[in-house]
Amino acid sequence: MNPMIRLENIQYTKKDRTILSVPSLSISQGEVLGMMGPNGAGKSTLIKILSCLQVPTEGKLFYKSEELPISRIPLEQRRKWAVVLQQTLIFDTTVFQNVAAGLKIRKVSKSQIKEKVDFWLEQFGISHLAKKNAHQLSGGEAQRVNLARALILEPEVLYLDEPFSALDYPTKVKLLKDFKAIIKQTKTTTIFVSHDISEIQFMSDRLAILMDGNIVQIGSTATVLNNPNHYSAPFIHDMSLHIE
Amino acid sequence: MDLLIEGLKKAIEMLISGDPEIFQITWLTLRVSLTAVLISTFIGIPAGIILGLTSFPGRRLVLIMINIGMGLPPVVAGLWITMLLWRSGPLGSFSLLYSPFAIIIAQILVSLPIIIGLTCSAFQQIDEKMLLQIKALGATRFQTVRLLIREAKIAILAAIIAGFGRVIAEVGAAMMVGGNIRGETRILTTSIVMEVSKGNFDVALALSFLLMSLAFLITFLLTNLQQRNRVR
Repeated sequence: MNPMIRLENIQYTKKDRTILSVPSLSISQGEVLGMMGPNGAGKSTLIKILSCLQVPTEGKLFYKSEELPISRIPLEQRRKWAVVLQQTLIFDTTVFQNVAAGLKIRKVSKSQIKEKVDFWLEQFGISHLAKKNAHQLSGGEAQRVNLARALILEPEVLYLDEPFSALDYPTKVKLLKDFKAIIKQTKTTTIFVSHDISEIQFMSDRLAILMDGNIVQIGSTATVLNNPNHYSAPFIHDMSLHIE
Repeated sequence: MDLLIEGLKKAIEMLISGDPEIFQITWLTLRVSLTAVLISTFIGIPAGIILGLTSFPGRRLVLIMINIGMGLPPVVAGLWITMLLWRSGPLGSFSLLYSPFAIIIAQILVSLPIIIGLTCSAFQQIDEKMLLQIKALGATRFQTVRLLIREAKIAILAAIIAGFGRVIAEVGAAMMVGGNIRGETRILTTSIVMEVSKGNFDVALALSFLLMSLAFLITFLLTNLQQRNRVR
């Protein structure tokens, strides 16, 4: 089967320092790829390059076998994806308007926006917050808005950079369960960065470990976690003890 | 204290009596000030956004000039515009000196740097990640700016309020380029200066109350617009 996304010889350098070097990476349709690594390993950079929010110094990006003009991605292409960044960035308006933002940008009709927003607010259990200003929400509620704002776009690919990092444990467990059910149901290809092994185990089909800008191991989540190679073993060991 | 009470009484008398000259002066003040602020806003906000979000060679120099302009003495602005509009000046053929139009130009010159400078600061402070998030939502450049304006609404309205404050209080330039001609270019600030110089303190005070009422009304409306939907 052809991969949904494929990277070839991606390099990202800044002031003569190599931040990221990925000779190849493929992600299949409907797959959830987890990414882990220490701070500064290049996870966020890789997410930004994959989602074309950052232009790499060199390399090629293929989407459904077609090479994309990486420095000038057409808007229609970008609109097939959704990105949830590390920090919850909520607009200073109501929850409804926040979730509707991407649809408004796509000039979807008002009646369709209403229908879709109501559906996704319901899916994330935040219908009662629709009229509330998003800046008044708790961390967990804001993160749900953030995820609903991405999923409402029905993206072909979803990029998530530590979307659950700021949540308390019970909120995280509930949200993870809801979220996994949704992406499995919608068969959304997902690339997911996390620092939390239990999150990765629960969510990901495959896991990539990044170290100093390189993917040092990639494979099924169980294989990587149970049989880490020479490079990833110390990190996985530390992470399982929560002393990264 | 007596003078203050006298002034207040006089102001009420002037308003009740419906003195057409007072209404004409007040109306001209409002027209001139609002036109100047509107033009400054339409030029200043896009210019401030460009300065705040982009980088180009000489940007810092432009910012220094804008910041100097924020403290530009009105008499200097008045002098420059007088020289430009003077019969023998580069724009003399348009015969604009001593007209309300000349006052508007002077007021734009003193308020525009304030609106550009404060808008630029507001946009420079926007989290870079917010820009990335908007881009990730698939926004065009125009949609990005529209969303950012909404996010920076409070700071932008503060810039407009500050610009309006400068314009409504302006007297030096208006006196120089307008000439304080009765029925033509006399506005509240220039009238106050004239009445004080004539020793008519009660009239001057009455006019000052009118000017402050006008300033209060406009600032009240702008502040309400700014603070609408405030949650914190």
